[in-house]
Amino acid sequence: MATDLETVDAARPPSLRSRLTALLGRQPLGLLFAGPYMVFLAALFAYPLGLAVWISFHRYFFAAPGAQVDRPFVGLTNYQTVLSDPAVRKSFLNVGEFLVINVPLTVVLALVLATALNSVVHLRSFLRTSYYIPYVTASVALVAVWLFLFSQDGMVNHLLGPAAPKPSWLVNSGLAMPVIALFVTWKQLGFFILLYLAALQGVSKELYEAASIDGAGRVRSFLSITVPGVRPVTTLVLILATITGANLFTEPYLLTNGGGPDGASTSPVFVMYQRGIEQGNPDVAAAIGVILVVVVLLISLIYRRVLERD
Amino acid sequence: MGMLMRSRTIAATFTALALGMTAACGGGSGGASTGALTAKGPIQVWLSNNPEEIAWGKAMVASWNAANPNELVTAQEIPAGKTSEEVIGASITAGNAPCLVFNTSPAAVPQFQKQGGLVALDGFDGGAAYIQARTGTAADQYKSTDGKFYQIPWKSNPVMILYNKDVMTAAGVDPENPPLATYDQFLATSRKVVSSGAAQAAIWPAPTSEFFQPWFDFYPLYAAETGGTQLIKDGKATFNSDAGAKVDNFWATMYSEGLAPKEKYSADSFADKKAAMAIVGPWAIAVYGKDIKWGVVPVPTSTGKSADQIYTFSDAKNIAVYTACKNQGTAWSVLKFATSTEQDGKLLEMTGQMPLRKDLATTYPDYFAQHPEYKTFADQASRTVEVPNVSNSVAIWQQFRDEYSSAVIFGKTSVADALSKSADKATQLAGQP
Repeated sequence: MATDLETVDAARPPSLRSRLTALLGRQPLGLLFAGPYMVFLAALFAYPLGLAVWISFHRYFFAAPGAQVDRPFVGLTNYQTVLSDPAVRKSFLNVGEFLVINVPLTVVLALVLATALNSVVHLRSFLRTSYYIPYVTASVALVAVWLFLFSQDGMVNHLLGPAAPKPSWLVNSGLAMPVIALFVTWKQLGFFILLYLAALQGVSKELYEAASIDGAGRVRSFLSITVPGVRPVTTLVLILATITGANLFTEPYLLTNGGGPDGASTSPVFVMYQRGIEQGNPDVAAAIGVILVVVVLLISLIYRRVLERD
Repeated sequence: MGMLMRSRTIAATFTALALGMTAACGGGSGGASTGALTAKGPIQVWLSNNPEEIAWGKAMVASWNAANPNELVTAQEIPAGKTSEEVIGASITAGNAPCLVFNTSPAAVPQFQKQGGLVALDGFDGGAAYIQARTGTAADQYKSTDGKFYQIPWKSNPVMILYNKDVMTAAGVDPENPPLATYDQFLATSRKVVSSGAAQAAIWPAPTSEFFQPWFDFYPLYAAETGGTQLIKDGKATFNSDAGAKVDNFWATMYSEGLAPKEKYSADSFADKKAAMAIVGPWAIAVYGKDIKWGVVPVPTSTGKSADQIYTFSDAKNIAVYTACKNQGTAWSVLKFATSTEQDGKLLEMTGQMPLRKDLATTYPDYFAQHPEYKTFADQASRTVEVPNVSNSVAIWQQFRDEYSSAVIFGKTSVADALSKSADKATQLAGQP
């Protein structure tokens, strides 16, 4: 009998209700709540990304509304132009150097400082706020401070005296990008400390007590309990720091005056600005952008594979 | 479940991307809306954002509006942005550019023209004739490659060497007649300034990598050395030459000996007396005149040409009619009004900038009699060189600057290699659409 009913049910066309459920899910109200953000994502992320990909395969320039312009499909020409441009290749190497310094430094400092802040009793709020202030301060204002510190006649060189580097920090091809990496690390640190502080609340105190009874010291507890305990956040910090770093623009633009010295601190986004906005070649700029997105996605995937193997 | 979720996420991502690309394909070109060249009515204009030009612009507009109540002009400063060119370029794309911009950079004109943002002034009744009658043969530098005028040459700031007399005196240099005519003299004077400690730098041109920086170090000296040759002539780069090498080597010596610093000064080095000299136009008189005892000489040449033989960079700003303008007839009338003998005189009076008209000194003899300090600049204004009006102008200047930075400022590559590489690239870019 049951078999007969099942046969009948299977043969019957799905009702309107079941089709709606299949389409909208069991809680259609959720779509209503998610809708505005989906529209936001579609308008401000999906559409521009799609447009950038489309532009990168065409000869494209910004034109007045109604102007008769030809925008032919050019295949991979823009990508060939980009990959054969020494300035673009250099910018990717520069940002690679930046990430190699910035990302590990960010993770290590943020975790260590968050752990230290988590254990202090006095002045906790003051210290948290202090680390967070650079993050919420405009880069333009902070750059002025760093120029005061690291320029030729800046405070750092005055303190170093004869040991000051020559050429000075910001006009030294070997030091300009490390200085920028340090600047960005310092500026962003407050945000990542907050992420780690939140994660640390989820690590059970009993684990530390048990480790202490077993004779583990602070360093052993940190390495064996804290580091694995906040691993999901470490993945997040790595990905966010990489994305932020890959979008480097303000610092080369202001701190080293347009990617100087001699292009040692240009970044892909800075070259995109030059090619796309200043020189009127958004097709080439879009190709750089698409390559950058792919590279960042690949790096993020590697992070996830390596850190979330379990 | 996880696999299903991931598949859905990937599918959603690609759907969103596809939607974006589909929407992108739908955008783009359409029919041009150039507006009627003879249409009359209210118009909007943008002014540069320095106080002197705003004051002149408002007075000019008030004067026009009083006489033309049916064709009212509304003026505002160019909206804030990294550069005026970026703002204008964006407004062309958005279709909300004003009718006239009294700050159109000649270097940006090819790009604006390519965007379909500019109206050819030859289309107005007597357009080209008016421009040529006002500016003379110098107007030809502002013609586009199709032979038309998409800008009216408006005003120049011919670049010269301004020096601080007190600093020169402190350095043991005759402040009334400092030896700055030849490269050797300029270098010797610079060495005296720096070694005496009279100033930290002899001169401090911005050693930064913006595309327009060559206009204030290489290009004025190149114009002087070559007797008025543009960077590109007949579609080919001209600077891979003996003259180009001499100019590059001069600046390379200034940088390598520390006479010109390699790091940007974050304020005004001349105003702060950190540099003995500055390479500037006549606008500087109003800015420095009260606080600094200054003198002015033409830019140096290798052989020390006489002042009346020396060319320099014009640093001109022009006026253009934009295609978004509906009442282009009024725009053209306002443009002619704003560049009339009377308004040019007021511009000169209020800003110290030189209207780009032939016989400037004889047109306004009273002004120059009352302001002799501007006479030298007015004389120089008759011998100026503009940036070449070629396609990919900004890209050409940017790659030139990059090579120059590498060879001249930072000494990483040889001057000969930099000039050769840059010239090849410039010629290639000038030949592209």
